[in-house]
Amino acid sequence: MYASLNYKFLKFLMSKVEFNKETGPREVFCGLTSIVWLHRRMPDAFFLVVGSRTCAHLIQSAAGVMIFAEPRFGTAILEEKDLAGLADAHEELDRVVNDLIARRPEIKTLFLVGSCPSEVIKLDLATVAEKLNKRFLGQVRFVNYSGSGIETTFTQGEDGALKALIPLMESSNEEKLLLVGTLANNVEDRFKKIFRNLGISNIESFPPRQSTELPKIGKNTKVLLTQPYLSDTVRDLKHRGCEIISAPFPLGIEGSTKWFLAAAKAFKINELKVHEIISPLINRAKLALESHKEILKGKRLFLLPESQLEISLARFLHNECEMDLIEVGTPYLNRDLMKEEINLLPDNTKIVEGQHVEKQLDRVRESNPDLVVCGMGLANPLEAEGISTKWSIEMVFSPIHGIDQAADLAGLFSKPLRRNQILTTKTLVTH
Amino acid sequence: MELTLWTYEGPPHVGAMRIASSMKDIHYVLHAPQGDTYADLLFTMIERRGQRPPVTYTTFQARDLGGDTAELVKKNIKEAVERFKPKTLLVGESCTAELIQDQPGALAKGMGFNIPIVNLELPAYSKKENWGASETFYQLTRTLLREKVSSSEKISPLRWKELGRRPKVNILGPSLLGFRCRDDVIEIQRILSEQGIDTNVVAPLGASPDDIERLIDAEINICLYPEIAEASCEWLKRNFGMEYTNTIPIGIKNTIEFINEVHNKLDLPLTNKEELEHKSKLPWYSKSVDSNYLTGKRVFIFGDGTHAIAAAKIAKEELGFEVVGLGTYSREMARQVRATAKDLNVEALITNNYLEVEDAMKKAAPELVLGTQMERHSAKRLGIPCSVISTPMHVQDVPARYSPQMGWEGANVIFDDWVHPLMMGLEEHLIDMFKHDFEFVDGHQSHLGHTATPTKDFLKSDEKKEKNSKEGIIWTESGRAELTKVPFFVRGKVKTNTERYAISRGIPEISDETLYDAKAYFS
Repeated sequence: MYASLNYKFLKFLMSKVEFNKETGPREVFCGLTSIVWLHRRMPDAFFLVVGSRTCAHLIQSAAGVMIFAEPRFGTAILEEKDLAGLADAHEELDRVVNDLIARRPEIKTLFLVGSCPSEVIKLDLATVAEKLNKRFLGQVRFVNYSGSGIETTFTQGEDGALKALIPLMESSNEEKLLLVGTLANNVEDRFKKIFRNLGISNIESFPPRQSTELPKIGKNTKVLLTQPYLSDTVRDLKHRGCEIISAPFPLGIEGSTKWFLAAAKAFKINELKVHEIISPLINRAKLALESHKEILKGKRLFLLPESQLEISLARFLHNECEMDLIEVGTPYLNRDLMKEEINLLPDNTKIVEGQHVEKQLDRVRESNPDLVVCGMGLANPLEAEGISTKWSIEMVFSPIHGIDQAADLAGLFSKPLRRNQILTTKTLVTH
Repeated sequence: MELTLWTYEGPPHVGAMRIASSMKDIHYVLHAPQGDTYADLLFTMIERRGQRPPVTYTTFQARDLGGDTAELVKKNIKEAVERFKPKTLLVGESCTAELIQDQPGALAKGMGFNIPIVNLELPAYSKKENWGASETFYQLTRTLLREKVSSSEKISPLRWKELGRRPKVNILGPSLLGFRCRDDVIEIQRILSEQGIDTNVVAPLGASPDDIERLIDAEINICLYPEIAEASCEWLKRNFGMEYTNTIPIGIKNTIEFINEVHNKLDLPLTNKEELEHKSKLPWYSKSVDSNYLTGKRVFIFGDGTHAIAAAKIAKEELGFEVVGLGTYSREMARQVRATAKDLNVEALITNNYLEVEDAMKKAAPELVLGTQMERHSAKRLGIPCSVISTPMHVQDVPARYSPQMGWEGANVIFDDWVHPLMMGLEEHLIDMFKHDFEFVDGHQSHLGHTATPTKDFLKSDEKKEKNSKEGIIWTESGRAELTKVPFFVRGKVKTNTERYAISRGIPEISDETLYDAKAYFS
């Protein structure tokens, strides 16, 4: 019964929005990049990529690693002799891990992260992790997942890391709200405060701030997603009996409001109470949003695929900032997880899943957008063609979630346009 | 397997990208998964390039591996050739594609295009970025000029005389993501043209495949960056008899030697020998009385081979510093760096591990560090001034202003860049003079804003170490009190020297008297 309703609903959505699939050369980060924010979230964890010099170079280029005296992530770089025999590679990895733990005794969880080359040569990180878990029992925990670019795009790395932690989570039938997806600490604190005001007292986050303090889960765990890119994690949480609260994502006032309402409903909290608590926040946020809306209103937006946040961003920028949507790219579309979001999009929104970067850039040029959301490799070339851009990577590094951050989120998009206005004024040529 | 927290060089295909992106009318089809597209940002962000690198990534995925990845390669090659219409196509693979052995180069050659195709085999599990750049430039040169080898006579460096024109040279090696290449090329061309020498081709930076075919119109090659160009220069010498220069014109002495070398090779009389000494301000600035304080400043040098060797020579011979450490991450240049280090009586450090470099830096107790951006960070942690002399590139290494390292202006830039991080001579004297005045604030900062180590923190943070130091050295109260009276900017050095003295004499406790004993011993 439920399934068939759901199917009809999806069919309705599909008629409302234009879905396209595209294949071809892509220009996106791989899942290893998510280590950059994951390691900050869990200061007691180390992320060891088992890969090539390319992997090491990728992470340091994306993260500006030099600011660290000694970062909490690194790469065990495969060398020719490691490729010759897998048995030797396992032994070598053992040696590297031993050295690492001797050097960094404060590490509580070590993530062994698979990469494109380690997946292709079928290095069995699960078995390695199992062996190491036995040896370092009570000292360090080993978890493995793949951040390889042949399987994952950018934020999907976090999905893999969280999924890998689920088997370590103990069971509990205690009723609780579980926020799933990495949040900035200050945003997380704000959310928890609001939920407590609503009367939900048992709130936990996954990933937690300490890798060893994993929340317990079970059939009375109500999962509220903070990020849209956690398909595999959601599936495994469901298998553990958790209830997934269906909601849009907490980006912007509208998304956040509906997100709070959905959580309240799951906890049988009166809707009026939610409105009572969040309406001062909404009023404040609307006021703050005004100046950004003035700049963004009527401007035409093109989102290239990268973080899977694109659909939520498009919804916010259209519904609350009155931007026009030309195309919404996403590396991967989980229609079930995104159904509430898609439902909020304006009619005839063009969603493109996947990428052919050359054809997509042709469409960017043809459509002459006012703003393009894209990766760092494409931003300056588009700027040089006179097209304003916003880096998608900023969305995963900035605190953008929640009602209080709505204006900051809009500010990320209004700033390039405002800057453009400043720099192209005629004052420069008057003398 | 090697644990790497940070690496000085990228993989070899990034080197190939540097060559492709430096040139015109070239396209590079790279068989690689999607994550490898990060490399574009090195060019568009660090170099602030307004064009995408001319690279098509096949971006194969796991589901393609079961099927026909070779077809995917061919599809991408076809699309790239049709869309970008390159005059020469580079085809290669990154680390992951190397494992699945589709041989994209061979596939491309079988597709019937009538443009030259360069098949790049860059072993990702044993080689690095500079090697990849060198190999790519070499393979490209070889592919484009191979047919002319047999028909061509050996090129005499004196040919310009027979042809009745000014001598022509090629400038080889400058590339994107090379240290200050953009400005070095302008400086070297200016110097050559003042001497009546024309530049035939600059490559790879700004060159097209047509330009590569024209390389043999010049008499000799200037090998400006051996890391990138030596292999190509050697091939051109072997096959066309073209001689190439060995001197890297960084610093006054080397620039003059370079000019001499070019003139000797071309048999061109050098008419303005006396003028050359006065082309740069470095010699006089170094000689001027304010620079007296530079004498014997301890300097630690680490970088790519070319820049590290040049820096050592300038530091010692042109600025009067004492080189207390020298190293490189370029294994290809290890031999030359070792030889230079031997002349300076230091042991060369050849490593790709920045933590080892930081340790060596700490032990050498330098007053100035000349290194890469990574050494700048390490030096900052240790409270030592630093100037950046080498790749890997950072957005700050692509300044808006003209800022070469080579030639006369390069020497001016080097003087400023190396000396300004230090406290100025006069300033140092004044602080010394007034340090006992009550107005004197401990932790005073140079007007340039470099933080000195404040006394309290310095002693506090080191307190633990002092008590638990491996050697078991203890600072008595009187020793410690005396140490606080030492001006903060030399306090670190005094402390290390005194401890070294105490250890060498087997003195377990350092009192004020020990401190003075050590002072006398070291002065």
